[in-house]
Amino acid sequence: MSIILEDVQKSFSGKQVIRNASVTIGAGERVCFFGPSGCGKTTMLRLICGLEQPDKGSIRLPDGLRWSCHFQEDRLLPWYTSAENIALVTKDDPAIWLEQVHLREAWGLYPDELSGGMRRRVSLARALAHESDALVLDEPLRELDAATAKAMLQLIDISINGRTLLLVTHDPSQAEALHCRMIAMPL
Amino acid sequence: MKTQKILRKMFPLLFWLGVWVAAYLATGQELLIASPVSVMKRFAFVTEAAFWRCVGMSLYRAAMAYVLGIIIACMLAVLCHLWQWVDDLVRPALAVIRATPVASFIILALVWLSSSNVPILTGMLMVVPVVFSNVKEGIDATDPQLLEMGRLFQWSRWKIFRRIIIPSVKSTFLAACEACVGLCFKASIAAEVIGTPKNAIGTQLYSAKIYLETDTLMAWTLVVILLSMGIEKLLRCIIRGGEKRVHHP
Repeated sequence: MSIILEDVQKSFSGKQVIRNASVTIGAGERVCFFGPSGCGKTTMLRLICGLEQPDKGSIRLPDGLRWSCHFQEDRLLPWYTSAENIALVTKDDPAIWLEQVHLREAWGLYPDELSGGMRRRVSLARALAHESDALVLDEPLRELDAATAKAMLQLIDISINGRTLLLVTHDPSQAEALHCRMIAMPL
Repeated sequence: MKTQKILRKMFPLLFWLGVWVAAYLATGQELLIASPVSVMKRFAFVTEAAFWRCVGMSLYRAAMAYVLGIIIACMLAVLCHLWQWVDDLVRPALAVIRATPVASFIILALVWLSSSNVPILTGMLMVVPVVFSNVKEGIDATDPQLLEMGRLFQWSRWKIFRRIIIPSVKSTFLAACEACVGLCFKASIAAEVIGTPKNAIGTQLYSAKIYLETDTLMAWTLVVILLSMGIEKLLRCIIRGGEKRVHHP
């Protein structure tokens, strides 16, 4: 079952962000939307996830497709600890996932007690932990140092586990490391 | 230091007590202003069962008004958030309630309801607009990015409500609860004064006025003030206790 976009168009305040986009993404395929800032990569993800409606064209999704998302913002619930944020989306022990993102010490800490990079990793852990058919990662390694970014890439690679991957990044090496099909987006 | 602190706390009390005595001496008539001594003598009624029946029933009516008001306000806020047409209907009604003098409601309600239920309706009408606007404001201000996250992770409506909306609204809701508790109690007593139900502080106030028992009138007024302050303090303690258990970013 594939995700199929046909002649999709989207404009914001008269400015066309997505022009006649037609893409087919197979089940379990890994794709990366790649391009300069402002080219509509995040908009493309939001259209596919159903968070935005296209002005023209159609988007067909498999029935009952379950999403897992890591947004550009961390979007952690500020009134829950890191562990509780993860526990809200999975039956797994959150400690395992915090360990995987090298944040065992963040177990009982609230998002406002974490640095930007730590929050990103908790958010990544939440997305990976959630049982889903498709994984959406929007700039997952932003604000991470090179060593941590490398470790997180490896974690993403092994955690995808047959799921469809939709990745947005500025860095083509990340897409290569995850063996993604590159979809270039013009400005 | 400790004596200074006690003196500082006692000073306003002694000052206003002095003003009361001075006013009493200036008028020289118990009928106009009862002396502090005669008011304190009237406080002997705390040993009578009838006093506690009145206090108990008045508190019960105010508590009913408060709880029902909060429930109705929250339900309306949720409905108004879900459907714009409900909001369009409710908002003018609440604006009218806010603008109408409380006495008009009491007199009108006496036509429809028993005098015992009028204080409940009156207190409720004081609570609903305040709690409604705070809860609605809180729901509307819920971070849309968090709501989007909940939807994408396929959370049920109930889970989104419980995990995202309720925690977002909590602080504005509690602020409203704290703000309107005294208002609700006093409005409910005012309704008792006009409706004179059985076993009610308001009825005692009314009787004292009719029989020109100024000392009794002032003693009951003091009871209302003390109860109002006690209720506000108790609620504040409960709210602070609840807030401590929740992390506030």
